[in-house]
Amino acid sequence: MNQRPLSPHLGVYKFMYTMSLSILHRFTGCVAAVGFLLFVWWLMALASGPAAYASAMNALGSPLAKLVLVGFAFSFIYHFCNGIRHLIWDTGRGLERAQARRSGVVVIVASILLTAVTIWFACRAFGLVTMGMAP
Amino acid sequence: MSLRTPLSKVIGRGSAGEGVGHWWMQRVTAVALLPLTAWFVISLLGQSLQSYDAMRGWLGQPWVAVLTILLVFTLAWHSKLGVQVVIEDYVHGKGAKTTLLLLSTFVHAGAVAAGIFAILALALS
Repeated sequence: MNQRPLSPHLGVYKFMYTMSLSILHRFTGCVAAVGFLLFVWWLMALASGPAAYASAMNALGSPLAKLVLVGFAFSFIYHFCNGIRHLIWDTGRGLERAQARRSGVVVIVASILLTAVTIWFACRAFGLVTMGMAP
Repeated sequence: MSLRTPLSKVIGRGSAGEGVGHWWMQRVTAVALLPLTAWFVISLLGQSLQSYDAMRGWLGQPWVAVLTILLVFTLAWHSKLGVQVVIEDYVHGKGAKTTLLLLSTFVHAGAVAAGIFAILALALS
């Protein structure tokens, strides 16, 4: 029973960057799962009243927490973009090697750009920057 | 007594014994999450996150509450299916695997209950 081969034997393949994107999809999925728990914790803080919400937002405002939030944002956005790539593959399209490599580049570039845009809007929603006329 | 033959009970179920159910639901929840998460993130970042009253007023609106409940439910389902595959692939000891799968199921169930309760509490009070 223990001698049966188990599916992901990663060591036997020649490394290609599309592999690391695939591994990153799983990894960011796991990070996003933890992010989901953080999201529920935030909802519960909101439901618990003004004091609980204020202390939750205070905790999320520390420099370390902000860095963690950026990590969650990138993980979620990458998983979102690469998830679309996977769904397109599921229809049988885009599976040629050149196409898969090209869509991988698109996903990476899109994820970085969208993360940057999200950080900007998040800073605004957190009240860290103001649009238009600065006081 | 069933009229189904033993063959008809196993056909299409494969070696895992559950057919394509897991694979398919991961795709169904993925497709549902594309508009739900995009809507939520874009709407949320248009709010004043520091203001309790503003957030409460926003999440308490009927359609915002309904869509956010769908979001929490679908996120949890998709997350549960994904974490399950990761545990099944990388945790090889039977005891550890079963323990982690149970733990993941319970944590996801708890998160769904808490998330939906929180939204209802905001919307209905």
